[in-house]
Amino acid sequence: MLSSTADHLYWMARSMERAENTARMLDVTYRMSLLKHSTLEPAQEWSAILSISGLQYEFAQSYPEINAENVMRFMVMDEDNPASIITSLHNARENARAERGMITSEMWEVLNATWIEMKTKRDAGIPPDGISAFFDWVKERSHLSRGIAHGTMLRGDAFRFIRLGTFFERADNTARILDVKYHILLPSLDEVGGAADYYQWGALLRSVSAFEAYRKVYRDVITPRRVAELLILRADMPRSLHACINEVNRLVQEINGSRSSEVQRLIGMLHAELRFGRIEDVITQGLHEYLTSVVSRLYAVGDQVNRTYFWPSDD
Amino acid sequence: MKLPYDEMSAADGSRRAHYEPFSRWLESTPEEIIARKREEADLTFHRVGITFAVYGEDAGAERLIPFDIVPRIIPAHEWKVLEAGLRQRVKALNAFLHDVYHDQEILKAGRIPADHVLKNELFRREMIGVNVPGNIYCHIAGVDIVRAGEGEYYVLEDNLRTPSGVSYMLEDRKMMMRLFPELFAQQAIAPVEHYPDLLLDNLRSVAPAGISDPTVVVLTPGQFNSAYFEHAFLAQQMGVELVDGNDLFVREGRVFMRTTAGPRRVDVIYRRIDDDYLDPLAFKPDSVLGVPGLFDAYRRGHVTLANAVGTGIADDKSMYIHVPEMIRFYCGEEPIIANVPTRELRKPDDLKYVLDHLSELVVKEVHGSGGYGMLVGPTASKEEIRLFREKIIAAPEKYIAQPTLALSTCPTFVESGVAPRHIDLRPFVLSGTGGVTMVPGGLTRVALKEGSLVVNSSQGGGTKDTWILEK
Repeated sequence: MLSSTADHLYWMARSMERAENTARMLDVTYRMSLLKHSTLEPAQEWSAILSISGLQYEFAQSYPEINAENVMRFMVMDEDNPASIITSLHNARENARAERGMITSEMWEVLNATWIEMKTKRDAGIPPDGISAFFDWVKERSHLSRGIAHGTMLRGDAFRFIRLGTFFERADNTARILDVKYHILLPSLDEVGGAADYYQWGALLRSVSAFEAYRKVYRDVITPRRVAELLILRADMPRSLHACINEVNRLVQEINGSRSSEVQRLIGMLHAELRFGRIEDVITQGLHEYLTSVVSRLYAVGDQVNRTYFWPSDD
Repeated sequence: MKLPYDEMSAADGSRRAHYEPFSRWLESTPEEIIARKREEADLTFHRVGITFAVYGEDAGAERLIPFDIVPRIIPAHEWKVLEAGLRQRVKALNAFLHDVYHDQEILKAGRIPADHVLKNELFRREMIGVNVPGNIYCHIAGVDIVRAGEGEYYVLEDNLRTPSGVSYMLEDRKMMMRLFPELFAQQAIAPVEHYPDLLLDNLRSVAPAGISDPTVVVLTPGQFNSAYFEHAFLAQQMGVELVDGNDLFVREGRVFMRTTAGPRRVDVIYRRIDDDYLDPLAFKPDSVLGVPGLFDAYRRGHVTLANAVGTGIADDKSMYIHVPEMIRFYCGEEPIIANVPTRELRKPDDLKYVLDHLSELVVKEVHGSGGYGMLVGPTASKEEIRLFREKIIAAPEKYIAQPTLALSTCPTFVESGVAPRHIDLRPFVLSGTGGVTMVPGGLTRVALKEGSLVVNSSQGGGTKDTWILEK
């Protein structure tokens, strides 16, 4: 497959997944902000969103103050923000457009229609009581596009690069969201939270659709340690780091071509650690340190994926 | 004023025989069904995204080319003549291109003034002495044919560089078969769906010598080009890669594409990029669309470009007047399809005549295309004529003039119902080492504005399915 094709398909899927994750994160933060229980300053919650996305600087360029309205506007409709929902949906569509011949017509049509609908929503404006419905819509479009990829695409490299983009983005997002939430919720792991913390942890779980899973797996009260375990190490939890890296690991072995050995090595090492790691060791090392290291290693793998598949040197 | 030739109805109002089944169907089908079908066609084209980008509008704007459901029907005996005429014409044009870049016999024989060729900016000196596989230069030609007067056909223009529109020919047919399958049962309509196969065969036939299983790619300027849809469509239909300049690189005079499994050799490039932008080392140095070193690889015979570099010298509007002479010189035959009588404004007599008759004539820029930079005298305002006159006087050699042909009309759905609109026809003619081939058909373009003679999609033209009857 052409390197540029693989690049487009990968970013098509990544952009869609990013839109979904941003919607999830904003939705949960928005709901939390409606609760009186919150022990946190509102600005703190909204600035957490910016640190998860690493966009504090970009935000400060155009907005004087961190508050619900500004962060929402920035993360949903700001076309200058490279990670806003509108930018992500546009990127997904443009990447799909560049590779119309490589994806099924259903795949193209869902991304094209999503973008057309997004433009309509932009022009009409989202009413304050419609914001949750909007986030649901974004999630549904993402589910739909993933489902269509799964249900209609030939199991070849095109499909694999699409899946690779999805799981890369998801792993990155889970690591970041956990890191930031942990950080502000629990400066010290020994602190015991009250009811407010219960809602906060619940919200974090909900943002990655893990609330019900938590109940099923642990059948017990929510503790930060278990939340970390669920989102990092549980292979059966579809948005956990382990589950995402499982997929990535399998995909890089299936992608055709002999040039992927370094990618395979890097991802294989990360995979082994997640597979055989224990939460006690993660906590001992320091969760923040651990997650920072995971994010930077994901970045290194991403870089290697770039150099191997998307922008190879000409020899 | 006398009405132009109508494809469906004779002057006395009777139906022409080959339109009989269709017009019976049209008259007996309830209006609301037709309205619904037309809506369905629109929706489908939109959803599927068969669009083209329009230059000069907001960046990346996409627009649908209007599709009309009334087909343009050509009876078998007329197509037979057209096909023979196209074959003859394209053969002569290929022979001419080979000749002017080699021995220049036709110039030596004085059949075409040497200056017209050698001083033309479209004559590519870089191509002199370069040998191309099978001596084929225009692998894909889109020849614009119009019908006028009592129904006689004329060649209006030869498009030998990167003619577009074939995807609409194929999509229009698909749409008609989907909307009105019953019509195809009534008449034997020649199929066109195998065009991509013919094209791929044709491209593979001109691969560099010694390559048994050539790799073909389609080279596009990118997704913001007006014909990007077509580039992607053709690549997909042929099952080959669609590449842009960044996907290719040249090493040691050979062309490779960057793939996820490493570099892969490319043998034939169906390029939809103009000569000037192909290779910044050989042509426009600031081109970012092309591939550095591509022309060198081409000259060495390591890769085939389709169409060849330098075909512009044969389809230039100032060269058009010489095509009948090319046919006589290279084929030893009289042209089967006539040229439109054309005046060259570089000739003082012609210039004087044209300036005196501007309001009756069509004046075209020699190097213009897409319906831009032309004057249609009868429909132009006094002010437009005045401005154009100034442009002509400033540089007469840049223009040619033709009588305003009363292009034939075909019934077409417009807001007020079905009304006659002017049409033309662009068949696509393929040349390879196996000879000249074409599918029976082409793209019929229709000027949707009442009275308009400009059918270009960039100027608000639409398209129709073209039916060649098999008997």
